[in-house]
Amino acid sequence: MIDINKNKIVIDDSVYETNLTKKFLNRKKYTPKDDSLVCAYIPGTIRQIFVREGQKISKGESLLILEAMKMKNEIKAENSGIVKRIAVKENQLVSKNELLIELSL
Amino acid sequence: MSFKQRILEFFKLKSKVTEGGGEQAIQKQMAMGKMTARQRINELLDNGSFHEYDLFVEHKAEDFGMDKKFLAGDGVITGTGSIMGFPVCIYAQDFTVAGGSLGIAHARKITKIMDHALRLGLPLIGINDSGGARIQEGVNSLAGYGEIFFRNTRASGVIPQISVVLGPCAGGAVYSPALTDFVFVVDKISKMFITGPEVIKTVLGEEISMEDLGGAKVQAEVSGNAHFYAESEKECFEQIKKLVTFIPWNNQKRADKFPPKSPRINNLIDKIMPKDAKQPYDIRDVIRALCDDSDFLEVQEHWAQNIVIGFVRINGETVGVIGNQPLVLAGVLDVDSSDKAARFIRFCDAFNIPLLTLVDLPGYLPGVDQEHAGVIRHGAKILYAYSEASVLKITVILRKAYGGGYIAMCSRHLGADFVFAWPTAEIAVMGPEGAANIIFKSEIANASNPDEVRKEKVQEYTQKFANPYKAAANGYIDAVINPEETRDYIIHSMYLSQNKVDNLPKKKHGIPPF
Repeated sequence: MIDINKNKIVIDDSVYETNLTKKFLNRKKYTPKDDSLVCAYIPGTIRQIFVREGQKISKGESLLILEAMKMKNEIKAENSGIVKRIAVKENQLVSKNELLIELSL
Repeated sequence: MSFKQRILEFFKLKSKVTEGGGEQAIQKQMAMGKMTARQRINELLDNGSFHEYDLFVEHKAEDFGMDKKFLAGDGVITGTGSIMGFPVCIYAQDFTVAGGSLGIAHARKITKIMDHALRLGLPLIGINDSGGARIQEGVNSLAGYGEIFFRNTRASGVIPQISVVLGPCAGGAVYSPALTDFVFVVDKISKMFITGPEVIKTVLGEEISMEDLGGAKVQAEVSGNAHFYAESEKECFEQIKKLVTFIPWNNQKRADKFPPKSPRINNLIDKIMPKDAKQPYDIRDVIRALCDDSDFLEVQEHWAQNIVIGFVRINGETVGVIGNQPLVLAGVLDVDSSDKAARFIRFCDAFNIPLLTLVDLPGYLPGVDQEHAGVIRHGAKILYAYSEASVLKITVILRKAYGGGYIAMCSRHLGADFVFAWPTAEIAVMGPEGAANIIFKSEIANASNPDEVRKEKVQEYTQKFANPYKAAANGYIDAVINPEETRDYIIHSMYLSQNKVDNLPKKKHGIPPF
């Protein structure tokens, strides 16, 4: 519903000339959640990986340990599938939202 | 010892403590471009007005060799004085003494002056410059912070509280400023964060400088934690002096009246407003054209600029102004601007400062990011703050007042005492384009020349609804006024409202959408 054309903003089909803020220009585009990707929900270190590529896993199975804020967080599969690719190694530092494991659902 | 000897001994003792952390530490402080705590107090307060308390307080810590350490005043200076003739209580952390670290004696000096301020009904000013908790004192220093936060909260809305961040203010320490009414920061000197760059690097592997993480600019532009930003400590103190003149000593009083002055900008509203309603203008020009001496003290100037807030005087009396800013994001309401306005409204209401709302907005900002950031919850704050406020509420609708934005900006329905509209006001459920596209959807779609029909319908809607007269016909506005009469109407409304009574239902407290 909103189109940006340099210093213009569209609200309810009306075009207004105005300045745009940095925050507005840098706002994140929405992308729907991809169930086949397991990403880090917090930055931290991969301590242990329990699965290997090609392995069949079921929902709720432990995938790896992501240590963050002095806590060893067990990352479990939210969906059943086959491990297509493991994108990280043990002891690797990962940032927030970084891809950890890709599944074939 | 003779009488005179004892007096001399007192002077000696006093001069030892007033030296703070000693020559070397003072040199180091100055090398960082910072004044000492004592210089700051003297610079901010009226000449010779400072009266110091608790100079001889000492810590009682014994662990880690603390029993052998003398810390002058335990790293904080407290006392009373005046600013522009207004009495204040003040404390300033002394970075030259153990890095201004906070131990329990240091904290108790602060809580004592806070209790004093609350009991006497005087504004409290805290100058923060501290490395943080005094680790050697363990849980005692945490206790100290907690006791300060408790008092900040209890004093909130009773006495004005001003925080001046002139150095590091990290970890738990940041929550005292966050609980106070106004936070002042200075470029390259102020640093505020919960966890510093070092911790972020080791725990999370992200690298960032102190300045980029929590410097003055960041707090003033990005996070919105700071209300006033200055280039130097001197400029910062001038800002504080000015603010103090606009606000009352406590919630039982009204701000002092000043001799009325005419706006320096006269009869210019006509020239400020663009011909085309979709062209922007600077709402601050309108504010300056309405207020005494065209003198506007803007609050949070650099954050959420799509709304403008601040203090002015009209006919000598302090007024809090809230105005949509068409110059930025067309003046929409969003998460940040709602937070900004709501907090300011609550400050003014708590301290008996009348509210003047200038309306020109197309509504709320659409977008997934806004919805997911909680624009419902945040947007509700502005409705809550206006509805709850029992001070005089004057609303002037300059141009657009569409949809939810019309309701939110202190409409009659939220308890405005006076609502005026310029002939250029457009009070409608939405903008003409959007409305025509919905109402005449099938007519436009079925037409052989849809673009022309749409144009016609937009024009039809504009003529019928994009004006103040539908709202006026319902009594939702009190008067359609000539823009040049606006100041007169505001002054008359203030004159009528000296004894306004608006009792809220009895309750412990409301539950605003925090």
